[in-house]
Order: sequence, then C-alpha cells, then structure tokens
Amino acid sequence: MKKRNEVLYFALRNKKLLIGSGIILIFLLLAWVGPAFAKYKPFDYANPLGAEPPSTEYWFGTTFFGQDVFSQFVNGLRATFIVGLLGGGLGTLVGMIIGFAAGYRGGILDEILNAFTNIVLVIPTLAVLLIIAAYLQVRSLLMECLFIGLTAWPWAARAIRAQTFSLRTRDFVDLARLSGMKPYKIVRREIAPNMMSYLVLVFILQFGGAILTAATLDFIGLGPTNAISLGLMMQYAVLWGALPLGMWWWFVPPGLAITAIVGALYSMNVGLDEIFNPKLREM
Amino acid sequence: MALKVENLTVYYQTLRGDVHALEHATFQIADGEIMGLAGESGCGKTTLGHSLIVLFPPMKYIAGKVLLDGEELPIWDSERMNAYRFRKVSLIPQYAMNAMNPIRKIGKMIQELLESRGVDYREVLPELKRRLDLVSLSHEVLNMYPIELSGGMKQRMVMVISSLLNPSLLIADEITSALDVATQKAVAEMLVEFRDCQFVNTMIVVTHDISILYQIADSILIMYAGVLAEKAPTQSIIESPRHPYTRMLISSLPEVGVRHADKRLSGIPGNPPLLLNPPTGCRFRDRCPLAYERCLEEPPFLEIEKDHYVACWKEFESHA
Amino acid sequence: MLRLDNVSKVYRIGAFGGKALYAVNNVSFEVHKGEVVSLIGESGSGKSTIGKMILRLLDVTEGKITYNGEDISTFKGETLKNYYRQVQGVFQDPFSSYNPIFKADRIFEILREEFFPNIPIPEWQHRVKNALVSVGLNPAHVLNKYPYQLSGGQLQCFLIARALLLDIQFLVADEIISMLDASTRIDVLNLLADLKSRGLSILFITHDLSLAYYISERAVILYKGYVVERGAVEKIFHTPLHPYTRMLMDSIPRLDRKWEKGTTLLERKIEEFRGGCPYYERCPVAEKICAIYRPSLTEVDTDHFVACVHYEPSTNLLGAPAYTEQRTSQSGLG
Repeated sequence: MKKRNEVLYFALRNKKLLIGSGIILIFLLLAWVGPAFAKYKPFDYANPLGAEPPSTEYWFGTTFFGQDVFSQFVNGLRATFIVGLLGGGLGTLVGMIIGFAAGYRGGILDEILNAFTNIVLVIPTLAVLLIIAAYLQVRSLLMECLFIGLTAWPWAARAIRAQTFSLRTRDFVDLARLSGMKPYKIVRREIAPNMMSYLVLVFILQFGGAILTAATLDFIGLGPTNAISLGLMMQYAVLWGALPLGMWWWFVPPGLAITAIVGALYSMNVGLDEIFNPKLREM
Repeated sequence: MALKVENLTVYYQTLRGDVHALEHATFQIADGEIMGLAGESGCGKTTLGHSLIVLFPPMKYIAGKVLLDGEELPIWDSERMNAYRFRKVSLIPQYAMNAMNPIRKIGKMIQELLESRGVDYREVLPELKRRLDLVSLSHEVLNMYPIELSGGMKQRMVMVISSLLNPSLLIADEITSALDVATQKAVAEMLVEFRDCQFVNTMIVVTHDISILYQIADSILIMYAGVLAEKAPTQSIIESPRHPYTRMLISSLPEVGVRHADKRLSGIPGNPPLLLNPPTGCRFRDRCPLAYERCLEEPPFLEIEKDHYVACWKEFESHA
Repeated sequence: MLRLDNVSKVYRIGAFGGKALYAVNNVSFEVHKGEVVSLIGESGSGKSTIGKMILRLLDVTEGKITYNGEDISTFKGETLKNYYRQVQGVFQDPFSSYNPIFKADRIFEILREEFFPNIPIPEWQHRVKNALVSVGLNPAHVLNKYPYQLSGGQLQCFLIARALLLDIQFLVADEIISMLDASTRIDVLNLLADLKSRGLSILFITHDLSLAYYISERAVILYKGYVVERGAVEKIFHTPLHPYTRMLMDSIPRLDRKWEKGTTLLERKIEEFRGGCPYYERCPVAEKICAIYRPSLTEVDTDHFVACVHYEPSTNLLGAPAYTEQRTSQSGLG
C-alpha cells in the first residue's frame, strides 16, 4: 500500500503530468460531448454564404463551402482519439506479444522475432501505407487504425524485449518456474506487473505516434474516405486556399488540437517517467 | 588524534519522516590506526562512513563535529568539502569495481580525476606506477578499459586510485564482501600494506565480517541500530567483549572447525528496531538478555578501560 | 537419491558460436537421502550452474542427472511438476527472490494455485502458518508484509517454509546465507540442519569452507567447472590435498588464528598451457607436466578423491623440471 501511496503522492505533485492529463481530458470531453452541441452535420452545407469567420451561429466559423467548422472539429477530434486508442493500442499489444515472447523465451525464437522486428523497422512505413491506402477505394477509420497499429509496434517490441530480458534473470522468475508456472502465466503474473509503468509509457508514446501518423495520412489524402478527421480538415483547408485567403478559423483549430494533444501526451510521458523513476523525482 | 568525531548525527529524509540512521557518534582514531566498523545491515555503519566524506540527499546533517588532524571538516557543506575529498579524505565505495566509466581507459580516467582536483597527472605518474607494482598490477592497465580487468584487479586498481594523493583518512566500504576468499585475503592485506607504507594515515574499514577485521584492524567499533555500542582494540573486542550485543554477535559467527552435530551455535533472536521512530533508551533492550529498568534510559558511550568504550548500563554498574 | 554422471554445461561463444566454454566440466557426484553435500567454489566455478541444472532451470549439455534413478531431463508437464513437488531451491539474494511489487506471502498463494488448487483457503492458511512456525517465524509478524518490510533472514526462512509446504525431499540451497547478517546466518544454517535430521537431502552451495564443515557430511570442491577434490568433509577439512583446497583453507578469515602473511594470488604465465590442470595458472606447486596434462580424480583414501598429479601414482613426474623456483608469489608485498 505504501508504495502505491508514494506513487500517488508524486503523481499529484508532478506539474508535467497534471498539465498533460488536464489538456487530454479537456479534448476528450470535447470529443465526447461536443458532437451533441453541434447544430449541423460535419459535411452539411450549413451556411449558404460560404466561408465566414466565427460567429454566434457558427462558433468556429464555416468553410469555403459553408460547412460548420465546429462540427467538423469535434467529430474529427473523436476520430483522432479513436485512432490513438485503437492504433496505439494495437501497436502496444503487438509490441508486447512479440517483445515478451522474444525476451522471455530467448534462443532461436528470439533470433527469429528479432530479425522480423528489424525488417519491419527498416521498411519505410509511410511508403507502405501509401501503397496500401492507394489500393483500397473505400477506407474506413478502423482500417486506418489497423495499418498504423501493424506498422508502429517494432520499437515497442524492442523496448519490451530488453526489459523482459533483464527481469527474466531475476530469482523470482526462477522461483515461479519452480512452482510449475507456465511461461504465459509467468509473463502475465510476474514480469508484466513489474514493468507496468514502462508499459504505460509505451502506450502513451504509441498513442501520440498513431495520432501523428493518422494526421499525416489524412493530410495527404489517404485517410478514411467516409469520415471527417483533424488531418482531413487541414487537407481541405490547404486544398481550398484557406492559408492565402486568410481563413485562419479553418486550419487553426485542427492544427492546434493535434499539436496540443501530442504535446500533452509527451508531457505526460515525461511526468510519468519522473514519478516511476525515483532518481528523477524532485523532493 | 588523527580523527575525532563528536556527537555526529545524520538522518535520512523520507516521506514518512526522518530515519535516525546515525545518532550521537563520538569516537576517535589514532594516527596509523586501522579501525574496523562492524554491525548488521541497517545499523548505520555505511552512513557513518559516508558522512565523513560525502553527504548527499536524502542524507541530512543534523549535528556534530568532525576533526581531521585538528582541522574541522565542513561535512555539512558539500562545496567546501570538495577541497578535502580525495586529498585528505578518500573513499573506496562498495561497488567501486563497477563504478568505473566503462568507455574510458583507466589512465585517462585517473588523469581527469586528478585534473579536477588541480593535480598534474605527469607529476604523479611515477608514483602511480610504483604503486601499481606494489599491488602487482602491470603498467599496461593504464591503457586498458575497466572491462578488461578481473574483479580482484579492479578492486586493487580502485584502491590505488583512492589513495593516490596520500589522504589522511581512507574509508573502505564493504570492499571485500563481493570477493572470493583468496582475493579477499589479498585485498585486506593490501589495506594494511598501504598503511604501513604511509600512503594513508588512518583507515576506517566498514564491513559486516568481523573475522576479516580480526585479521587486519587495530581497533573495532561495533554499531547497533544507529548508535555506537562498543569500541576497543581488536584483541579486546574479540576476546573480552563487554556489550551484550558484541558478545552475541561474536558467538553467532560460525567458528571454523565446529560441526553442527557437535556444537550447535545460536544467533541473536529478534530483529533490530526500525529507525524511523527508534525506541527510547538502549536500542538493544528488546533483544538483550540482561536488560533491566535502567535500560529505559539511553546509556552513554563511556571509556571503562583504557581505549575500551562501551554503551551499556550493566557494564557501568560492574565498574562503578 | 540425486546423482550427477559426467555432467557438463557448455556455452557457445564467439561470433558464430564456434568456441565452446565449459561452465561445468564432467562433474559427477551423488547426494544420498538425509545427507547434506556442500558444493564449494568461488564465483565462476560453476557451482550455481550445477544447482540450476538440478532445478531444471538450465539444460544439461552433456551427461545425465538422475533423481531416484530417473533422468530429470525427460520430465515435462505433470512429471516435471511432480519433480518440483519433491525438489526445490532457495537462492542467494533474498530480495531478488520476491517480486518487489507484491506482498511476500504471495509465494504461498502461488504454490496453492499451482499444486493444491483443491485445498480450501482456510485449510491452506493453516498449513502456511504451521510451516512458518516450523521455520521459527511468528506468522503474525511476517504475514501480509512487503518484502522490504522483512529482513533477509526472514525472507530466506519464508522460502524454506515454502519448500516445506510441498512434499520436499531435496533442497538446493544456493549461497542462501551469504547475504545475511551474521546474527541471523547461524539460525538459517541451523534450520537446514534440522531439516536434514528429518530426512531431507540438501545440496549446500557455498564459497565458505567453514560453513560447509559446520553443516555437511560430504563436500565437492569445484574450480573453473572441474571437481578438484571431493569426499568426506572431515577429511577434506583436516587434510586438504589439492593446492586449491589448501589455499581456500588458509584464506578463511577466522577468529582464532591470524592469517599467514603473503597470498599467492598471482597468475602464472600460461603461454605453455595446453589443456592441462585447470588450477595450473595459480598453483604454487605446479609441475611442468601440469600445463599439458589434466589429472583425473583419484581415490587417495576411503571417500576422499583428489585431482592433482601429486596424488596420481602412475604419473611420471621425472624429466620435468620443477617450477618451484619460478613461483610467483605476493610475498614481495609483505
């Protein structure tokens, strides 16, 4: 109990974590309840006058075609969090499976998995995504999550493998083996709980990475074809000359949101690192 | 007196309060004396050793005075202590063998260390080589990386480095515990050799292994739960210990040549008290077979015979 | 009961695993029922490797370990679990033996899950308490605590209690007291002795000859993976024959006698070494032949074996100039 209290104590005192998670919470709330407040659908041509700056009717203004930016923004935010959660989650999961298997089993399995990891690592991910995305006519958000998750795991696998390697040689793992525990159970019950903080960090970084990759894909027009996203908003904004025409309300919200979310995630990452690592703690 | 410690008190700061790791330590070491410092883990022996050279958080200086060759050491001021470290007081830490920078050649590392203390490497080099000869290390080691040395070689190397500037006081913290018996003996003998060659004036050898101290120390200081229990010349401590703790500690050591079937040895029942809220009075009270009402009061650390100090009411009584 | 026949552990090293490193080389000995056998050696001697091979934590490369006549490498699944019911281990570092984020008594819960899932929890808790009492612990003081709240000695006793909850017949005790305080060491040692008198066999792995003498009947001295001397502990202790054993005896810090000055620590030039005696480079009495000839274990007395040319009657030492004059010794220091 004491150890947990200690973590909590430092967590509540860590500004980086508090600010980071505060920002994420605000955006999460916006993505959750925002669509309920939107008066129009994201792609509806709501404003017959076309582009207009923010007003009481159109909170974030309207696009070149008179679409409501607020509605696009909150719905896009939702898509962004889904990509982060699913894409990042999948990346973490695959990374964990491969990392734990390679690290715990070692030997020939480790060599094979390691070679596989290295191959995926050196494949230019974006290029492959481009090719795959270009072949599929209708692309859904889930598909995008899958692409991202299946290409982002290698570094997570490597990090987890290294950690598992060092934990595996600890005596308590030997003792678990002497209790007749099966390898899967040893990993789940003995090794994974010991690197929980590490796994949280891995997930946060994967989450942020997935959001950035998704924004990139959307921006170059390879995102979901049937949904709005923050990256897609930026793409349209640039496509229709929002920048030279000074329609700042069109591209600032999505750009700012992506920057803020990823920035907040990294801030949380650093904060958590300080909390879990006693050497970085400030007394 | 080479070293005089008066009422030294050092706490560890934790979230749950101060850990009273070292309280009211008062003792002295004569010129040329090798003092062994022994006790169970957590008794404060390492805290005492380290506080004489480097006090880093969460260690906190509370009170006391340390005089080395008549000069007071500003142990509470890390900046000012820099002038004394390595030159006047030096330390061989517990894991020194692994503390060496793995990507620096040993010679280069020594050079940097010396320069940070404003000493010219080339001037010291002949003496350094002489000392390497003394501990039977080839001069080649200066061009080697730490990883190329065996455990025993590293330990000898660290000893040469720590004593290179002829410090007045050298503190050796558990340096023999990780070594096998043969290397242990060689390293322990080298400590004595360093004293005999006057590379080092006095030494504090911190260890949990009293039988090593019996081999090399001139005097032994026994600590228990953050306070001093007994200090006396080695022979007296081993042959006529006065503090009940010392007696039990010595009788619990497996004597060489005793078999379980013939003579069953016994340990000390119970555990040392937690130092977060140490009990008042004598801290050994709960485990002491001789404890009586007087022990509710903290016993002072008094000299009952020449050079024999002890903190036990029963002993004072019999000497009164 | 437990028997090692010409057991070796080989690690492949080098870029393509081309070089073989023998961590344990052709080791044979036997532990009988109700007997304590000490395995003595310094770090790197292969003593822990042998313990781990017995516990099936490492595979045997060559040779065979048999338990009650059965080759342990054939055990798997249920038979392996059954083996672990009878053969258990306790390791050197008590704090590393516990998962630091869980309470220490979790090791008992895991044991129940894996071995006795059918025993109801209250009944199991009763058994745990009995086991703790039998290793000299007060259950009220030690249960429900985190490892860092217990002392090293208590943690080691916990592990022994854990073994007692099984149908334990053989215990591998790997340096289990070397990290404990002097005041608790002897209690753990006595506990092992009590278990022995109840019929348990123990492999006591240590670097300390005096501890081995205190508790065991027989001893095996290892050097660099080779058995250099083996036999009844009294004989080894009172008449150590191998130069390495003698050096070990002389180096023990004892309270009744001071060391003789001068340690032979230095390493002999090994240019002429070609697969000879493993102790050649440090041996003060090595002959020229020792560089090329590896002596085998010879019985010099009943139950006293040594592997040294000086005790091998058939070896011809003539024609080889003694190395004694060139002996390197530390005496220049003293």
